[in-house]
Amino acid sequence: MTDTTTGGDVRLTGISKTYGSFTAVHPLDLTVPQGSFFALLGASGCGKTTTLRMIAGLEDPSTGSVFLGDTDVTDLPPYKRPVNTVFQSYALFPHMDISENIAFGLRRRGIKSVKKQVDDMLELVQLGDKATHKPHQLSGGQQQRVAVARALINHPQVLLLDEPLGALDLKLRRQMQLELKRIQTEVGITFVHVTHDQEEAMTMADQVAVMNGGRVEQLGAPADLYENPRTTFVANFLGTSNLIEADVLDTGADVLVTAGGGRLRVPADRCPSAVRKGGKLLVGVRPEKISLAHADDAGEIGADRNRVTGRIADSSFIGVSTQYVVNSPAGAELQVYEQNVERRAGLLPGTEVVLHWNPAHTFGLDADQDIDAGVETVEDSL
Amino acid sequence: MSATPTTEAPPVDGPVPRRPATRRRLVPYWLLLPGIVWLLVFFALPMVYQASTSVQTGSLEQGFQVTWHFRTYWDAFQEYWPQFVRSLLYAGTATLLCLLLGYPLAYLIAFKAGRWRNLLLVLVIAPFFTSFLIRTLAWKTILADDSLVVDALGALHVLDVTSWLGWTEGDRVLATPMAVVCGLTYNFLPFMILPLYTSLERIDTRLHEAAQDLYASPATTFRKVTFPLSMPGVVSGTLLTFIPASGDYVNAELLGSTDTKMVGNVIQSQFLRVLDYPTAAALSFILMAIVLFMVTVYIRKAGTEDLV
Repeated sequence: MTDTTTGGDVRLTGISKTYGSFTAVHPLDLTVPQGSFFALLGASGCGKTTTLRMIAGLEDPSTGSVFLGDTDVTDLPPYKRPVNTVFQSYALFPHMDISENIAFGLRRRGIKSVKKQVDDMLELVQLGDKATHKPHQLSGGQQQRVAVARALINHPQVLLLDEPLGALDLKLRRQMQLELKRIQTEVGITFVHVTHDQEEAMTMADQVAVMNGGRVEQLGAPADLYENPRTTFVANFLGTSNLIEADVLDTGADVLVTAGGGRLRVPADRCPSAVRKGGKLLVGVRPEKISLAHADDAGEIGADRNRVTGRIADSSFIGVSTQYVVNSPAGAELQVYEQNVERRAGLLPGTEVVLHWNPAHTFGLDADQDIDAGVETVEDSL
Repeated sequence: MSATPTTEAPPVDGPVPRRPATRRRLVPYWLLLPGIVWLLVFFALPMVYQASTSVQTGSLEQGFQVTWHFRTYWDAFQEYWPQFVRSLLYAGTATLLCLLLGYPLAYLIAFKAGRWRNLLLVLVIAPFFTSFLIRTLAWKTILADDSLVVDALGALHVLDVTSWLGWTEGDRVLATPMAVVCGLTYNFLPFMILPLYTSLERIDTRLHEAAQDLYASPATTFRKVTFPLSMPGVVSGTLLTFIPASGDYVNAELLGSTDTKMVGNVIQSQFLRVLDYPTAAALSFILMAIVLFMVTVYIRKAGTEDLV
């Protein structure tokens, strides 16, 4: 996917934004490779939209520079940047019909014969029959596609998407995610996508930058971020993690720790380098990596597996899988997702169980962090 | 969490709920009634009365009779067409000046004023706290011969230009067309600013960002996005200014001379001094017809149905 030329990279160097005493974005260095689908992921107020707006030129950075390829565009007004934005509210011009909306950018650059390109664009976003409609006559999803077409027709070096799917309902959102991904593959333009939806970021993007409090917490491919979170925020914000506070007993190829009376092993290369014997460590494991066994069957678990005992506090059947909440001496409310390959009887709330998993799937995090950082509350996820 | 079961019983059919339903259907009409009565008594009836007056003949001593004398209209128009033309010209000029002065101000209040917005709006309507007449009389002082303003305009040779154009006479401003137009502009400016402000304020500023993101310079953004979207305000502002200005007589009376009489002055003097009621009534209807016609054409041309 990534182009070999670097002419179209977006490079942010030391870019920051402060409003009075409030710092929306701390000095930030970021490179978005040409042709990639790049997501800025974070909760609202984390500075992701401000970062996007600084690339668009709609916000002046307090410090630092924005480069498109080798050109410094920091001081260029938005209308002189080869960058287009799909706004969260779509911001379609209500007094123009759909084809006029789409042709707007071309006309501003003095291109007279726009019909062919507009028609092609309408085709690309599958709205050929809506050319003469006014924006308010279209549904949310259709307006969203017009907004994409209006930006893409200009063949920008970079397309910026500011939570463009936020106003759509879940099903339509999933559909549009695939569609945007298809369009991006088809046109090969660099997309920078701002979202608070971690699933959206992971399905669409090649690279995800997780932002928190005006800083990039971690940057990487979705699978890499998911498997190897480096902070509790990333571990909790991207999917769900079980984080257990543990004391380090020994270090080596595997770090040996103890939590709630049990012993766990963590691969040393998945631990922070500062881990020391006698120190603390947050041990993390994803809910789907864990298997559940009845306490009576504990003998059948392989000796090389990490294990934690507990009691099922709650279970919910959600079709493809069953989600268990297990209280354990090692940590309260551990999450376990088990695929419903076979229905398993007997794992009811109150049952004593053993949680066990392959030690290779365990990661260690610096214990000096808020263990609940990035945990989505109920209101957030709605 | 949204699965709260609805426990309310479905509406029951039958004669019991029918009566309140009928009553509910009548509510809008009851609400309309006071307004309709008011309009009937104070608008429709006087209109009919004036219409009948306009086709009467007679004199004050012998009384007036309806004789369907439509010639009055033609005679009145023939005699007073210069005043009609003058009225439309003055009102049109004042409307244009209001737009030129009011638009930047409304734009500033809507988009740039920040926390000063409310204060500025209060200042716009502040003149209304003083009587219309007193304010117009104040303009008499402002534009008086040898007043500061007139001296300054003379010193800057502005009056040379306006005199050459026929708007002023020598170094006089008072009792000239310019004085009347200035008075009209001043008096109707708030009626232009307020609708303009309302429609500008409604424009989503993200549309400005979108336009600039799509290669439109600030000037182009204004021309292609802001101004078209403010058309409802432009239309209602110009109407609210032009219609009353074309029938106004106070400004021409106080700031003008016999050479700047507008049709409003003619109607007023026919009604109250000459006591030729039919001519006065006919003039009123002619003015109304002209204004209605112009407004219709204007709204058609401005094509705001889509936007309002």
